Amino acid sequence: MALIELQDVRRSFTVRTRTGRFSRTKREVRAVDGLSFTVEAGECVGYIGPNGAGKSTTIKMLTGILVPSSGRLRVAGVDPARERVALARRIGVVFGQRTTLWWDLPLRDSFELARRIYRIPDQRYRANLDRCIGLLDLGGLLDTPVRQLSLGQRMRGDLAAALLHDPQVLYLDEPTISLDVVSKGRVREFLREVNREQGTTVLLTTHDLTDIEQLCGRVMVIDHGRVVHDGGLDGLHAAGRSERTLVVDLAEARPPIEVPGARVAKVDGPRQWLAFPAQESAAPIVAAVAARYPLVDLSVREPAIEDVIARMYAEVAIG
Amino acid sequence: MAERLIVADGLAARTAWAVRSWWLCARMWMRSMAAYRASYVLGVFSGIAIHALDFAVLVIMFLHTDTLGGWSLPEIAFLYGTSALSLGVANLLVGSADALGQRIVAGTLDSMLVRPAPALSQLCAERFSLRRLGRPLQAAIVLVWALTALDVHWTWDRVLLVPVLLVCGTAIFGAVFVGGATVQFWWGESKEIQNSFTYGGATLLQYPPTVFAKELVAGVVFGIPLAFVNWLPSLRILDRPDPLGLPTAFQYASPVAAALCVTAAGLAWRAGLRAYRGTGS
Repeated sequence: MALIELQDVRRSFTVRTRTGRFSRTKREVRAVDGLSFTVEAGECVGYIGPNGAGKSTTIKMLTGILVPSSGRLRVAGVDPARERVALARRIGVVFGQRTTLWWDLPLRDSFELARRIYRIPDQRYRANLDRCIGLLDLGGLLDTPVRQLSLGQRMRGDLAAALLHDPQVLYLDEPTISLDVVSKGRVREFLREVNREQGTTVLLTTHDLTDIEQLCGRVMVIDHGRVVHDGGLDGLHAAGRSERTLVVDLAEARPPIEVPGARVAKVDGPRQWLAFPAQESAAPIVAAVAARYPLVDLSVREPAIEDVIARMYAEVAIG
Repeated sequence: MAERLIVADGLAARTAWAVRSWWLCARMWMRSMAAYRASYVLGVFSGIAIHALDFAVLVIMFLHTDTLGGWSLPEIAFLYGTSALSLGVANLLVGSADALGQRIVAGTLDSMLVRPAPALSQLCAERFSLRRLGRPLQAAIVLVWALTALDVHWTWDRVLLVPVLLVCGTAIFGAVFVGGATVQFWWGESKEIQNSFTYGGATLLQYPPTVFAKELVAGVVFGIPLAFVNWLPSLRILDRPDPLGLPTAFQYASPVAAALCVTAAGLAWRAGLRAYRGTGS
């Protein structure tokens, strides 16, 4: 049975805007508009989309904070909106931009409170705490007030606090936002470990595509409240009609050269950039260039995933 | 993982869990606040000083007159003590509810909603600090003095009415705090409205009902029933005629009023939370 299940879920908000001194107009905004997908237990899914695409609305519905306007939603077998408190014991939530740790108290105290609020049996609490301390290297920080921790240390603390009660699902909203490269790496490694070893299902939103490349076997792109892509990272390239680039250095500056199967994207003196579909082989194009023009050097550049997604958003906006 | 969920059943178990959640969070806040010792000590002392001045105003008034609205200083002190003590304890326990609007804006209400503890308990415990003991402490001192200075024939019903009045008064003010906060689900940050009923109401109740217009007195009997905090039971305790001429039963009815207020506040909170989460409306 799927752990997360959405069937044609919609959620709209009424936005009132002041149009005159006393008059106001109501406008209905659909934040999530017919969303359907399932996530199996043990998956690690990246949930991405531009700002305002409906990502946080989805997460809020999956945690039971928001009630969907229509559609069917199940997480770990329960309806989040109706059984929010029961669900709270089965899920872990980490918001990257705000900590739920107690600012002025030692890190240890926040974990202690989680133990009581989630009613975690002593033995399990100790085992989970030890595991998190080991994996996240928190041992030396337990007695430090949270306000004295660095951003990266605090995020690690938040992750531990969210996992002490063995949640089946972990929702992460921008878990690596504004962390330095080393801290990002650490957080990713920990999440991979939790996902693989504990079998915890992970759903994360992010703007950092390296998170997705390194963690998620599956990526869902959402825009205007709908899923516009659902699949592996490779599929994203095909869906985004991404292009690879062949950079050639010719013997001398020329007007844009003509090569079948590729188009010149840019010219800078003797250097020219030829774009061709990502799934095509570069070999025939290289051969064609070499046959017609004196060639000094060449290199092939892979498409940046940012560009792929940017192009996808643009297409959705037009279409 | 497959272990069965502990779902609290029944009103008693749910209430016990709500109180325990409140206590768990309040204790964390208390210790958080203790991290700033100097500010804590200053807070307690300035609190007591401000409230002492508050009562001093009344005493100074009585240097120029023997009665106020026909009531003597010990009688006024009794009203003052009961009103301020009820409000102070209610503020200590649930006063933080008025920060609901800020919590919504900051998104911290969402963090409360994903924990398996009642959001209202977590909200009311916010920034809990014993420095708020200043007001109830000062009120208790005034009340004790009033009780010794009063010239009252202490029958058993009058003796019993004093603790009943304090408990019910606290419940009524608590309900006004929570009910007022609930409005912020719809109107955003608007704690001034609620404060006018809580702090404003408490000031009103420090003076005898005889000095106010009958319409206002009727408003706090039948509208927002603050009169049940101390005015009505005090008429019985101090053996004074009711300016509205209501039946004597009203003077004993504080528990009923308190129960109604608490129920109404609870329902309002649920409706507010439902509106916030997007069911209904």
